[in-house]
Amino acid sequence: MTTTSTQRAVVDRVAPQRPAPRKKRNWSMAGRIVLLLIASVLILGPVLWTLSTSLRPPAESFQLPPSFLPLNPDFSSYDQVFKQLNIMLLVLNSALVTGLIAVGQMFTAALAGYAFANLKFRGRGALFSIVLATMMVPAQVTIVPVFMLIRGIGLSDTLLALILPAIPTAFGTFLMRQYFLGLPSDLGEAAAIDGASPWRTFRSVYAPLAMPGMAIVGILAFNYHWNEFFRPLILTISEQNFTLPLGLVSLQGNLGTGSISVVLAGVILSMIPALVVFMFGQRALRDGLTAGTGK
Amino acid sequence: MSTATTGMSTARRNKTGTRGQRITTGKQRQRWLPWAFLAPTILGMGLFTLVPIVASVVLAFFRWDIISAPSFVGFDNFAEVVQDPTVRVSFLNTILFVVVAVALQLGLALALAIMVQEKLPAWLRVFFRSAFFFPLILSAASVSIFMRYLFNEQFGVVNWLLSFVGIPAVPWLTTPAGSAAVVILVYVWQNFGFSFLLFIGGLASIPTETYEAASIDGATGWRKHRHVTLPLLSPTTLVASVMAIINALQVFDQPYVLTRGGPGDATRTAVMVIFESAFQRLQFGQASAIGVILTLIIMAITAAQFRLSKRFVFYQ
Repeated sequence: MTTTSTQRAVVDRVAPQRPAPRKKRNWSMAGRIVLLLIASVLILGPVLWTLSTSLRPPAESFQLPPSFLPLNPDFSSYDQVFKQLNIMLLVLNSALVTGLIAVGQMFTAALAGYAFANLKFRGRGALFSIVLATMMVPAQVTIVPVFMLIRGIGLSDTLLALILPAIPTAFGTFLMRQYFLGLPSDLGEAAAIDGASPWRTFRSVYAPLAMPGMAIVGILAFNYHWNEFFRPLILTISEQNFTLPLGLVSLQGNLGTGSISVVLAGVILSMIPALVVFMFGQRALRDGLTAGTGK
Repeated sequence: MSTATTGMSTARRNKTGTRGQRITTGKQRQRWLPWAFLAPTILGMGLFTLVPIVASVVLAFFRWDIISAPSFVGFDNFAEVVQDPTVRVSFLNTILFVVVAVALQLGLALALAIMVQEKLPAWLRVFFRSAFFFPLILSAASVSIFMRYLFNEQFGVVNWLLSFVGIPAVPWLTTPAGSAAVVILVYVWQNFGFSFLLFIGGLASIPTETYEAASIDGATGWRKHRHVTLPLLSPTTLVASVMAIINALQVFDQPYVLTRGGPGDATRTAVMVIFESAFQRLQFGQASAIGVILTLIIMAITAAQFRLSKRFVFYQ
């Protein structure tokens, strides 16, 4: 485990090189770059197309050939999003739901991960196996009982119905356990000699060191729940509790194809927070998504 | 793949058991302490995950529409569900979807990962990696909204571009085959980046010396990848395919937003019929039965793949 991981970190930057005749290599590299560029255009093109449509006057959405670059961007679609859809409320709901889930996951996962890594108690291994096993059952399968439960405790059609069930996280707990296992144990011993209580040892010594791990849990939770559609579709009923993806899909349904550029403007706006995460937390997001898949 | 995975591998873990034990005032205090740390996660998971798992298995044997009291019906729900033509078509659709989408996703991800990891200017490598990763941060619902616009038969940019190579307007969202193709393309467009990330990690862990040795033996290009990369990458391929299959089996957002399962039942998936029988027809027992069947399929595939891996995967 240790060797592969370090190797990976090192080799990550040095791609496997093959000694080949110079000319041939240049040609093959050029060919590869062309193919990769085509793939990038296919990936980024649809998003750029959406952006450019949202910046054209709504009437031009169905004009072919289209005016490619809106040189004089027209923001009327963005005005309309604010008029036709209570988008501030959707943003607020999404931010509240996503933020509270992320913070909740960071804390509960850090606490549980610390217990599984550093504290000794009876049944630790078995309990951890159960936590891991819950990841096998897809959320879509348990949604019916979760829906009943939410109704039963009187939370149906509230934002709490979305937040509470999403806070306990098996994957986050797993991630934080691994993170704490990687921290040196001398620190805890030193704190113990100084007379710190176990809680203080966690609070003042380990938790601050585990911040990067908690950040990964938080960013993963943000990415997942900001974009989530299935649970909000089932657990919220009135429009005042809709989150962004749900609000946008229902706007598309209401509008038909009439002013698609308005919906697309909403789609672009909803991407902004995810883009910010992409720019500043891409590394953490990549680490989180692929964590636990190593050998 | 680094901070979390590298961190976890430090060799200190043998000491962990005794860490922070002697400091407490007495044995009594130590005993409940771990449970205080665990309480939020364990209680929350028990209530919102374990109880629902048990409940959905139990519910599968009852007829219940919320309004009247649930009544025990034995295996009736399973019998009805298995004979229901819509449910059957949906499961067939899902299996077909998984086969095509996962094959495309893994093939594309592997090819692009190999191309990106070979000699390339550093800034270009960063650009390509970010570009392929990008769709993962978007909402599947939003992606489906704009893809529906791009695939519009008359005004969509896809058909407009195809017209330049002489392809007449494709009825993407109005025919069964066209709709299935769009759902698959949109799903793969958004998700191949995840497999791509896994393959990048796997490729980076293949030692450079292996390639040097292979090229001394005269292996180049395709042969090098066929005889060195693929065998050494097989553990990654296994993980990537298990995850891709499990995720694809649960597809919902894309077909729901793109086609609502239509035309007819052409793009209806297993999770869509769970959703519809529970929350549109209020047949909660049947919905649970479908869910139990789907879970069993997922578990069987996972088990089968790990069994296969013993035979075909090459571990270093």
